[in-house]
Amino acid sequence: MTENIITYPLIVQLFFSIVLMFFWKKIKIQKILTITGNFIALGVSIAVFLFIWENGTQVVNAGNWDAPFGIVFVGDLLSATLLLLTSIAGLAVSIFAIVSVINARLRFGFFSVYHFLLLGLNGAFLTGDMFNLYVWFEIIIISSFVLISIGGEKNQLEGAIKYFTLNFFGSLIFLTGLGVIYGLTGSLNMADIANKIELIDSRVLIDISAVLFLTAFSIKSAIFPLNFWLPASYHTPPSAVSAIFSGLLTKVGVYALIRMMTLIFPQDQFLLNLLIILSVLTIISGSFGAIIQNNIRKVFSYLIICHIGFMIGGLGVFNVMAISGVIFYLIHDIVVKTNLFLIGGLVYRIKGTTNMKKIGGLYHNYPKLSLLMVIVLFSLVGVPPLSGFWPKISLFLSSYNNENYWYFGALILGSFITLVVVAKIWSEAFWKKQPEFSFKRKFIPFDQLYTLQKWQFVTPIAILAIITLYIGFGAEHIQTLSLRIAEDIINPQNYIKAVLKP
Amino acid sequence: MEILLAIMTGILYASGTYMILRRSIVKLIIGVILLGNGVNLLIFLLGRITKGRPPIISPELKHFAEIYADPIPQALILTSIVISFGLQAFAIILVKRTYKALHTDDLDMLNTKDEDS
Repeated sequence: MTENIITYPLIVQLFFSIVLMFFWKKIKIQKILTITGNFIALGVSIAVFLFIWENGTQVVNAGNWDAPFGIVFVGDLLSATLLLLTSIAGLAVSIFAIVSVINARLRFGFFSVYHFLLLGLNGAFLTGDMFNLYVWFEIIIISSFVLISIGGEKNQLEGAIKYFTLNFFGSLIFLTGLGVIYGLTGSLNMADIANKIELIDSRVLIDISAVLFLTAFSIKSAIFPLNFWLPASYHTPPSAVSAIFSGLLTKVGVYALIRMMTLIFPQDQFLLNLLIILSVLTIISGSFGAIIQNNIRKVFSYLIICHIGFMIGGLGVFNVMAISGVIFYLIHDIVVKTNLFLIGGLVYRIKGTTNMKKIGGLYHNYPKLSLLMVIVLFSLVGVPPLSGFWPKISLFLSSYNNENYWYFGALILGSFITLVVVAKIWSEAFWKKQPEFSFKRKFIPFDQLYTLQKWQFVTPIAILAIITLYIGFGAEHIQTLSLRIAEDIINPQNYIKAVLKP
Repeated sequence: MEILLAIMTGILYASGTYMILRRSIVKLIIGVILLGNGVNLLIFLLGRITKGRPPIISPELKHFAEIYADPIPQALILTSIVISFGLQAFAIILVKRTYKALHTDDLDMLNTKDEDS
């Protein structure tokens, strides 16, 4: 029963979220427990990744019911990679959270819910059953609702209402699509649906369910024109929360889209064209949104949308090279986007605001920290040899060779505007002289923190920056990994064979 | 029966969407609840309605000989009812807190400029 190892990350997260509930008001113990839990989860995820890397796709049948009848957990290389990235981001954000989130918020079970969120993410990456995917999505969104509204400040509640409405609506549309696909195929297992969907005559109904799924996942991953909830809500919660949201929540939508497009509706020309169009519009709306904002966290929110467009378009091109570019970009994006919001939190702690007009002189006062931040910002832009550069080669080449010139142009535009935005942040926040400002009452700026607390702020950013550097300088390894994943998922027969065991 | 359920599903979807588009937050919650019920009915309908044929195999047979009622949609609906119940409970508390903090029921009023933007 060695294949059971793929469910261990789930068990670790579930265990810690329940244990944390028993220490409801004891924040110190909670902090220690959550760090321990995330370290264990990281270890387990590394073990799972290595196991799957060596032994190929692993399948666990829940309750020993054979594949099309019971719920299956499928650990292929894509799932394993995303599990690993989830636990890396989870660890970094939890270290950041123990110092940056105020105790009044932690007292209401913050860490317990946080572990539930990670549990839901891990489950969504592992499951091979459509309805089970819906359930994991619900676990993710209900924990994220709690995290986004914990604290109950005015603008936080406003953001929470917008976030709640759109995400709940998305889930309902997902469920509608699920109902249609169940009515058509009589199955919920993804591999089984992939087999049966070819036998169905009415393409119209299949397209309807495909569009329903696409709408649902577009809401989750903030694709144009369903992206306006993201910049309206992501800047409201504490930085640690928006870091984990931006790093992983939108990417779950992208993951679900990748699974759906490669497994259930492969080579559907209508959907592929639609994805290209949507990606161009997403890149344009995200990048132009980013350029006019003055709040650093809002800028980052719009950049999330812009870079989601990169991945969606690569999925629309649909060949091995494009998919490998998408996977590489996904790996790079999870690490960098998580780190960006952590940086936003650090800037807030130093200056008391994230408005670019009111801050300046960061480079003059904190040269070492600025160096750390510039690594991340340059990786985001894709300055060679940092991590954002390599996946773009695959995306550029594949879109040019496939004559998808619109997407090609949008990629150039998106990269260029990202560069402009980062240059703007750099010149406003780092180079400009500090304008007159005063801290809010009771605000404890970075300089007055204890040394340990300072390190707790900087360590997670440094960890993620080192991983970004590794992705950039060790690009060969990541490229091998993403090529292997791309070849794996573009031929869904392997996946289907592994699950259904003919 | 199918026709009736189909019309009912359509009404629930339409009214739910309409209520979500209204400006009042309370109506938003009502809309979400209606839409959720519409989805449940849709799944029930698409699982093919069969009356009076429970999915039980008699001891002498190995397979189903005749048509039978599919139990899976009912299990799915049960799960989704429980989930949406939890979400709705959360939503009602959220709306109450928002009303207490902002003293308004109007979605258009939820645009307080935070000082950082």
